[in-house]
Amino acid sequence: MQQFINTALGGLTTGMVYAAFALALVLIWRSTRVVNFAQAPMAMVTTFVALAVIDAGFSYWIGFAVALAAGLVLGAIMERGVMRHVQGKGEINAVILTLGLFIVLHAAAAVVFGNDFRSFPAPFGVRGIEVGGRTVALTGFGIFTIIAVLVVMGLLVALFRFTDLGLRMRAAAFNPEVARLLGVRVPRMMTLGWALASLVGSLAGLLIAGGSLIHPSYMDSVVVLGFVAAVLGGLDSPLGAVVGGLLLGVTLAFVSGYLGSQLVALAALLILMIVLMVRPGGIFSTTAARRV
Amino acid sequence: MERISRLVGSTLARHLLVAALGMVVVVMALTAVSDFRRFQLAEMACLAIAAGGLTVLTGLNGQLSLGHGALMAVGTYTTALLLPDRDASTPLVLVVLISVCTATLVGALVGVAAARLHGPYLAGATLALAVAVPGLALHFRETLGGEQGIPVVAPPPPGWAEDATYFLTASDLTPRGWIAFLAWSTLILSFLLLANLSHSRVGRRWRAVRDDPVAAELAGIVVGRSRVSAFMVSAAAAGAAGSMLALVVRLAAPGSFTLALSLTLIAAVVLGGLGSLTGALLGAALLTFLPQFVTQIGRDAGLDDVRAAELAPLVYGLVMVLVILLAPGGLFGVIRGALTRRRARRALAARSVEASTSTRPDPDSPPDEQLTDPSGDHRTATTTEGAPR
Repeated sequence: MQQFINTALGGLTTGMVYAAFALALVLIWRSTRVVNFAQAPMAMVTTFVALAVIDAGFSYWIGFAVALAAGLVLGAIMERGVMRHVQGKGEINAVILTLGLFIVLHAAAAVVFGNDFRSFPAPFGVRGIEVGGRTVALTGFGIFTIIAVLVVMGLLVALFRFTDLGLRMRAAAFNPEVARLLGVRVPRMMTLGWALASLVGSLAGLLIAGGSLIHPSYMDSVVVLGFVAAVLGGLDSPLGAVVGGLLLGVTLAFVSGYLGSQLVALAALLILMIVLMVRPGGIFSTTAARRV
Repeated sequence: MERISRLVGSTLARHLLVAALGMVVVVMALTAVSDFRRFQLAEMACLAIAAGGLTVLTGLNGQLSLGHGALMAVGTYTTALLLPDRDASTPLVLVVLISVCTATLVGALVGVAAARLHGPYLAGATLALAVAVPGLALHFRETLGGEQGIPVVAPPPPGWAEDATYFLTASDLTPRGWIAFLAWSTLILSFLLLANLSHSRVGRRWRAVRDDPVAAELAGIVVGRSRVSAFMVSAAAAGAAGSMLALVVRLAAPGSFTLALSLTLIAAVVLGGLGSLTGALLGAALLTFLPQFVTQIGRDAGLDDVRAAELAPLVYGLVMVLVILLAPGGLFGVIRGALTRRRARRALAARSVEASTSTRPDPDSPPDEQLTDPSGDHRTATTTEGAPR
């Protein structure tokens, strides 16, 4: 029983991170119809930036803030500098471009920051909390992870629901042509969408890194898991991404705990295939026809 | 006389001629270079076989697979399991064929799922495959060797090959040389098959499905079957590449089949030019020989070895991004575009000298040679010949 609870709690924490990462993919998909496979290396680069800031003697929180800001800027640069030029030129081109960026960012990080494992600090304890004399697998940092993702999601919901800017972003994503005619600067909204997504992605990167080792490829498996989580939720709905992330996190935690940690990626592949075959619109889909 | 000209004009005869010439060049090149270069050339052949399969799938059928590294792993592991020691009784040809069949079978399974997906969904699913398969080798430690992998014992060169080498070059055939020869023979054979297939009715169907699935279906093509067949052919090529790779590096280990391998294959295909086998060969050559060169530059510039080694992916990643942005036809497309333009300009100049008013297009470039158009989107750039002529 205790192992069951601990596995579930661990899954919940990692699920929150997958949720954040899936959210980043969904934000970009909604605004530009591109699945950003370069999301993982982008988050990796900003995490290395945070580590550089922390190593320079600043506090964890300054590094944290700098990484998020770097994510914002990096996302905007990617959209402005690269992705914009393949808008509407065939979906394979966009996918290949994000893969090219994947290779570039990966190699650039290895050249600049070195190709070895480095430990990343955590602001809170990484040992389990004691409840009634027993240690449960919920760490201080785990609680921080859950709260941080929830706060960011709340802010995003507030942005899209209650602000003028959010309304314009939604309009640009929903129907670029009509939005443009109504005076929305669609390209600017797309840049903003990428920037915000990249910020959320950086948050996921920081949360995965906290208290463990980072390396230029430490996020590589997360790009798959984030994609699976996003597809679970339908790739179009932010709420779906979060639920998909949590579901995936808990499921994979059980696979890892009871079957073997090497099978996690295979389980993710199976889940993805089943979802795409049975409910291609994601677990919340209505019966609307949809081509995947 | 007419029969001879028809024979020369036929696609099969042309491809056979190119293949035979290629074989002669390969044998000459392999005897001329050092053993280390032979190893590199053999590695390049493996990359090129897999890239050839991928370029057919992505360029001609429009399915982007990031999982070809995993399919190569299937071929490599099958070969490794069939060649446990020096006394292995299975003949090498059979080993390679079984590896190809296994990869094709896995490819059929993946293809059935992939046929229903498109664009980013397909990319994501095959990406998951690429990440999942090495995990299998780690999980089934007893049979698949875990992290260390399974050593492969490459069979020694047969007597006739040694005799022939001695007769032709007056030097002994090294095991490396034999494996490199095998890899390049496989490359030429698979490219011959792929080229013929893509010029045949099957290839035309693939293109028709790529350009417009609905129109293809209306024309009587079963879209799903066509997609699955493209995936199977592509997987067979990946299996052959994996099988050769097992012989070349003499090891089947999960470390060789990371995400980076699948991305390298995509890079080779894109750099060379999507949909063109020559492009795949060019891309594979570039990715085999560029790293050494760039790493040396990095070392000269004062980087340590680990960082200098990362310069190569940085360079080809950047080139890949630039190719997609500026020249979707790839290197091969750029070269051919320049040649076509030059030829057209020369023809135009000749015509204006003759003061001819004819504006016919250049008769030297029949439509089925224009595989890539450097100015256009690659989905339409790779041959637009969709319907049977």
